[in-house]
Amino acid sequence: MSSQLPRWVDLGLIPVINLVLAFLVAGLVVVFIGEDPIQAVRILISGSLGSSYGIGFTLYYATTFVFTGLSVAIAFHAGLFNIGGEGQAALGGIGATLVCLAFNWPHWLIALPFAILGACLFGGAWAFIPGYLQAKRGSHVVITTIMFNFIGSALVVYLLVNVLKVPGSMAPETRNFAEGTFLPFVHEMLAVVGITVSKTPMNFASILALAAAFLTWMLIWRTRLGYEMRAFGFSEPAAVYGGIDPVRITIIAMLLSGAMAGMMALNVVMGFQHRLVLDYVGGAGFVGIAVSLMGRSHPVGVLLASVLFGILYQGGAELAFEMPNISREMIVVIQALVILFTGALENLVRAPMARLFARRRVEAA
Amino acid sequence: MGATGADTATGRHGDAALAIELVGISKSFGPVQANRDIDLPVRRGTIHGIVGENGAGKSTLMSILYGFYTADSGEIRINGKVTDIPDSLAAIRAGIGMVHQHFMLVEPFTVLENVILGAEDGALLRPSLAKARRELTRLAEEYELQVDPDAIVGDLSVGFQQRVEILKALYRECDILILDEPTGVLTPAEADHLFRILENLRAEGKTIILITHKLREIMAVTDEVSVMRRGQMVRTLVTAETSPAELAELMVGRRVLLRVEKTEAKPGDVVMDVRDLSLTDASGVERLRGISLSVRAGEILGIAGVAGNGQSELLEILAGIRPATGGTVSLHGAPLDLSSITNADERRQSRMAHVPEDRHRRGLVMPFAEWENSCFGYHREDRFDGPFDTLNRVAVRQHARESIEKFDIRPPSCDLKTANFSGGNQQKIVLAREIERDPEVLLVGQPTRGVDIGAIEFIHQQIVALRDRNKAIILVSVELDEIQALSDRIIVMFDGRISGERMAGKTDERELGLLMAGIDPAKGQAA
Repeated sequence: MSSQLPRWVDLGLIPVINLVLAFLVAGLVVVFIGEDPIQAVRILISGSLGSSYGIGFTLYYATTFVFTGLSVAIAFHAGLFNIGGEGQAALGGIGATLVCLAFNWPHWLIALPFAILGACLFGGAWAFIPGYLQAKRGSHVVITTIMFNFIGSALVVYLLVNVLKVPGSMAPETRNFAEGTFLPFVHEMLAVVGITVSKTPMNFASILALAAAFLTWMLIWRTRLGYEMRAFGFSEPAAVYGGIDPVRITIIAMLLSGAMAGMMALNVVMGFQHRLVLDYVGGAGFVGIAVSLMGRSHPVGVLLASVLFGILYQGGAELAFEMPNISREMIVVIQALVILFTGALENLVRAPMARLFARRRVEAA
Repeated sequence: MGATGADTATGRHGDAALAIELVGISKSFGPVQANRDIDLPVRRGTIHGIVGENGAGKSTLMSILYGFYTADSGEIRINGKVTDIPDSLAAIRAGIGMVHQHFMLVEPFTVLENVILGAEDGALLRPSLAKARRELTRLAEEYELQVDPDAIVGDLSVGFQQRVEILKALYRECDILILDEPTGVLTPAEADHLFRILENLRAEGKTIILITHKLREIMAVTDEVSVMRRGQMVRTLVTAETSPAELAELMVGRRVLLRVEKTEAKPGDVVMDVRDLSLTDASGVERLRGISLSVRAGEILGIAGVAGNGQSELLEILAGIRPATGGTVSLHGAPLDLSSITNADERRQSRMAHVPEDRHRRGLVMPFAEWENSCFGYHREDRFDGPFDTLNRVAVRQHARESIEKFDIRPPSCDLKTANFSGGNQQKIVLAREIERDPEVLLVGQPTRGVDIGAIEFIHQQIVALRDRNKAIILVSVELDEIQALSDRIIVMFDGRISGERMAGKTDERELGLLMAGIDPAKGQAA
């Protein structure tokens, strides 16, 4: 049915309608708890997009979601539902941290390639195990990746508390990195060309995220590997017929997916916190699932959906601050509604739209 | 309105001698008009055939009658009375039963449980089961519909499963029975039995609609036949007054060759040799038991058999996508690796090509654009190299356009999604890809399954042309007509064994039919 819809409806109109529906229901919830929904939207938007400060934070969050969203998208094209981004990102954090702590790096440009390698290796390794189990043993990745989130989380806690913690400190976090590993902040980079913006955590990793989106697009739609991944994702029997080894392609797809999830460490750990703190992923791995669903597993869609979730995160924080009745948890409810309407209930709007457009075309013919 | 009023009641309620009358039925899906202003009168107590190519709208029409779709316009009259059929429950209530091409049975349930499913009398099963058991005994005697009521459906052969479907419909007291391509999975003997059942049902005054693409069956059992083409009803004829050639012409809209024109084969050297091939599946069932055969250059070796007797497994082992558990296969004397499912690439490199039985699941990636499928399996070849291990889109699309031209693939657009091509054109995409590579051995499974008559002709010509270029061809088909039309030599498989081998010119349908049922024609007993 979807092929009968014009592209702009499929990729533009339907997501927007879903979003509007999500906000309408969220608005009802806001009314229900005794706040003004119009005012809430105003705070949400101005808090996230109304100032260079808000925009910086919004894009900082969005950058994180681009990495985790692309991670889900890559696996999805190979027919694998990797919901282990949370754990893979946590391990990626370990990888990047170990690289950053290993030397007294003279310049971030030198440290960056190694940090990328570390983050990708650790994130990839954490996805490799479920990928291997799926490919060789048929253990479903949905089950194994979510279990690996818990194992990963426990592993990181162990490492932070017992191995990487600063001796004598009570905080389960590593020592600060050397300054030679700090990715430049965007406000610093803009200052060089004479533009002054508020100080925000937005950093060079945002550019990496754009590059990652482009490379993902190249991978999926231009390379032979992506071609094989998509063929495998659509039909495993066809892939076997086409001479594609299911074991190999499953493992490669999971490795790439895990590596991409690990890349988020660059934004948060290397770009902003400059040390590894407990639970630094903070649910971004799961947001990546929503981002990928909403973005139709297309890098451009992932970029747009990431910005939307960045707005919800940053604007939501402002909202919780401005409106005492709206707690952090309420923001999560609103985000959940967006996920529900854009992901799970997508066909709610799709079927009537398909009918509407089918009728219009018959009349036009 | 009872059957007794058949002679008198006419007029604005329609002709009551008609069990079903469809008037002006139209239905479109988006831009596709599947049914256009269709009139179909089906007389009570007759077997009425509906023929047409794939996509002619037969299935849509029957789905409307059975309540799966609602027509955009038009009306349905049942026994002369205008009837609304919004869902299949309404259809059942109106006395319509349907036997689908793919059975709607719960395999782990017994026959009885399947029969009462959805027609239970109350919360407790026991009374319903007892009633169904009595009813089944009666139906079995009346219509030659013997099935063990306590057998697990999954253990039954397809022929028996089909009987269960018919019993289900009869148990719901249907007067009108629709059968969609019922003989596709049956041996000739089973098909004959089915036709006897249908004749018994007709004798009891039931009305039967038979959808099929096999003209032979239409000629054999129907009283009247309606021909559909491109969503329209072309004509309804009395079967006795028509011929297969006329029906084929009406279906396609032009004259068709029902037989393949080919010259005598000139077999050369043995190209591929199979010795003692065996396969035991994961659950310990022997699928292949010591298959030995060889195929020569310049001949078409047909492998006949009812679906599920090991032909598919044999083809897949030869194609390198299923491991064998024993035996050897050699190509030009060199052994092939039979140990894994990932040998397809290696086979292609040794110039073997494979047109798989199931083009939807295997042969094509349906959501891909046509050009992406035009190189599938050959996409690693140097000719499609782009920078950074990318696929050279210019080269692939050029290749796709050439295939489209050469194989007359329609619509001629390599950017169209593969799923949007018709069955015949999808098959041409596969054939073009495999034949254009100029293989030494071509493995073909069900080349014309779900393909319209016009395309069948073309596909058969291409296969024969490849043979005439001195290539070896192994053809697996469950269509005996096709095997007979194309093959130079025929091997029949039954229960994982070769039950017989015949030269194509020196055998007939009866003999092959017996071999397909595992009976040695010479002895007249199970082999």
